[in-house]
Amino acid sequence: MKDTAIGAARWRSWITGLRRGGKEASLSAAPGTPSPFWVIVQKEFGDHMRSWRFGILIGIIALACIGSIYAAVTALQSGVEAQATDTEYLFLQMFTASDGSLPTFATFVTFLGPLMGIALGFDAVNAERNKGTLGRLLSQPVYRDDFILAKFTASLLLIAVALYALGFLVMGLGLLTIGYPPTPEEFIRVALFLFVAVVYVGFWLNLSILFSIRFRQAATSALSGIALWLFFSIFYGMIVGLIEKATAPAETSALSILIRHAEQMLLLNRLSPSFLFTELTTTLLTPGVRSLGPLTTAQVVGAIASPLPLGQSILLCWPQLVGLLAATMICFGISYALFMRQEIRSRA
Amino acid sequence: MEATPWTASAGAEPIIELKGLKKRYGEQMAVNGLDLHIAKGEIFGLLGPNGAGKTTTILMMLGLTEPTGGSVRVCGLDPARNPLTVKRRVGYMPDDVGFYEDRTALDNLMFTARLNRIPSAQARQLADRLLERVGLAEARDKKVGAFSRGMRQRLGIADVLIKQPDIVILDEPTLGIDPEGVRELLRLIRELSRQDGLTVLLSSHHLHQVQQICDRVGLFVRGELIAQGDVPSLARQLDQDGTVTVELAVGGWNDRLAETLASLPGVKEVRAENASEIDSETGAADAAQIAAPTTEDAVDTTLVALVCDRDVASEASAAIVQGGGRLLAMKRKQYGLDDIYHRYFEGGTRA
Repeated sequence: MKDTAIGAARWRSWITGLRRGGKEASLSAAPGTPSPFWVIVQKEFGDHMRSWRFGILIGIIALACIGSIYAAVTALQSGVEAQATDTEYLFLQMFTASDGSLPTFATFVTFLGPLMGIALGFDAVNAERNKGTLGRLLSQPVYRDDFILAKFTASLLLIAVALYALGFLVMGLGLLTIGYPPTPEEFIRVALFLFVAVVYVGFWLNLSILFSIRFRQAATSALSGIALWLFFSIFYGMIVGLIEKATAPAETSALSILIRHAEQMLLLNRLSPSFLFTELTTTLLTPGVRSLGPLTTAQVVGAIASPLPLGQSILLCWPQLVGLLAATMICFGISYALFMRQEIRSRA
Repeated sequence: MEATPWTASAGAEPIIELKGLKKRYGEQMAVNGLDLHIAKGEIFGLLGPNGAGKTTTILMMLGLTEPTGGSVRVCGLDPARNPLTVKRRVGYMPDDVGFYEDRTALDNLMFTARLNRIPSAQARQLADRLLERVGLAEARDKKVGAFSRGMRQRLGIADVLIKQPDIVILDEPTLGIDPEGVRELLRLIRELSRQDGLTVLLSSHHLHQVQQICDRVGLFVRGELIAQGDVPSLARQLDQDGTVTVELAVGGWNDRLAETLASLPGVKEVRAENASEIDSETGAADAAQIAAPTTEDAVDTTLVALVCDRDVASEASAAIVQGGGRLLAMKRKQYGLDDIYHRYFEGGTRA
């Protein structure tokens, strides 16, 4: 028993040693004190919680969500009355249905989530630099990568808390108003949807941290972030639409050509993180979705029109999730490389 | 002038050791072949004009910038290889130190302490004691945003000390504070160094301040250390060939007096110029100082500089009086840090 404990300790120190290039693993530290990484995370989390910025954001998003619930509930009530709605996954429709007056919860998250990520990250590093605290902080025994990772972690934690709180709030309100409890599968689907939303907002957060490292002015970095956000949420779809029209083959072309064109367009669309997120949301919240690409009539023949089980839905959107995670990691990699090379001078 | 590497005197092992340190930014050499040894418990002043490479050198000592060449040893460690150990033992206050403005002074100190993994009870005690020591005990729970410049600097000192370092590096600590504040700050630094045996490295372009508290200074120009040592030894380095310059203000100067003076034993050279024609480059301040008591007959006053290999002041005064001249003022020229600074920096920029 004791041996295994010692073995585990040695194993752990070996791993930290490997990570830190040896030698410093045994840096003297009083037992029970948190590592500098968590100290920064705590401080950042506290700073965000107290900031006006976060209060305003959460206000906007909460209002939007409550509005969307209202729209969803009215849509569901009229739909159920008219027997138009498939009652099998009624609860999930809380997140995807709308009576047309307001966008759905999922749409709101797609649109406003990035704003939250950008708002929490755009001045992460350059504000520290401009306030002259960066030099002081980095002259403490802290690794540089721990610093940006801690910034990212703190904001991501906050985003996760906020999104899950909102999601569960919507579920609870929905439960009260429609009086229709979720099945375990529906609950898991919502939880997964919220997880995916955290990943998606995390991507934007990371991108804005990258901008905050690259640009010395907080305003420049915020504007670049917002520009990209608008580009991907609004213009990118339009541009792809234009290209699609311009390159569309004649309707009488062979099936293979038509399919190839459709797939190329899909590929172009999928370069946009918001498109990936939309696909993820659709698959997770609408179990009836069976495929995200073009399907021929021949492929559908004989298929039973039934919702996909959870495992199959996850399988269907797995590549999209991996794509988002990869984009996040690429951003982090670039931030890391940039930050490591940067000069640490106060206000210079 | 060639920088002579200071060799550690007996018993004092160098705690900071730089050898042939180089840093290149693009085409420009920010630091060029710097050799520096700083002994334990010393207050060393890194003196140089803006852009001389002082901050770059400091950043390399902390492992915040990688040197292009040469080696750095701080507490016997290479900061690029063991950044955490070095940063744990070195307290660094950047120029224009910044704090989290919407946090209190105590919060800021506690944050630093926790980053250094000091248990919070101990950190709390330390913070209270340090705030007391730098005279900020009353401002403990005030937000740093409301602090004046001098208060920030003092908080910066507390912030540096809370990790209980062996070495304290202060980058331009006196920048932008009023004279009274500067005096207080310097007294504090000196006290800390003497009481706690701290090694202090401070960079500045304010020579007078450096002169007040430093055991040794290094003159740093264009990435090169052109001279180092204590202030008297720097003055000696400046006095070429060990000559002494005696400055005299003489009324009724004539060629005969010049001959008499030149014939005095030990005098190598006699330079005379009329007080009204003194050109500013040769030290107008000194000239004005010497000529000051004789404003009414300034036109008649001649400033004479005797370059000699020993102090000939008494012989010279006797000779002038006997020769019928009026000796109005006399001064043996002392090289202050001002002259040293001026001279070296001029030499540095011209080179």
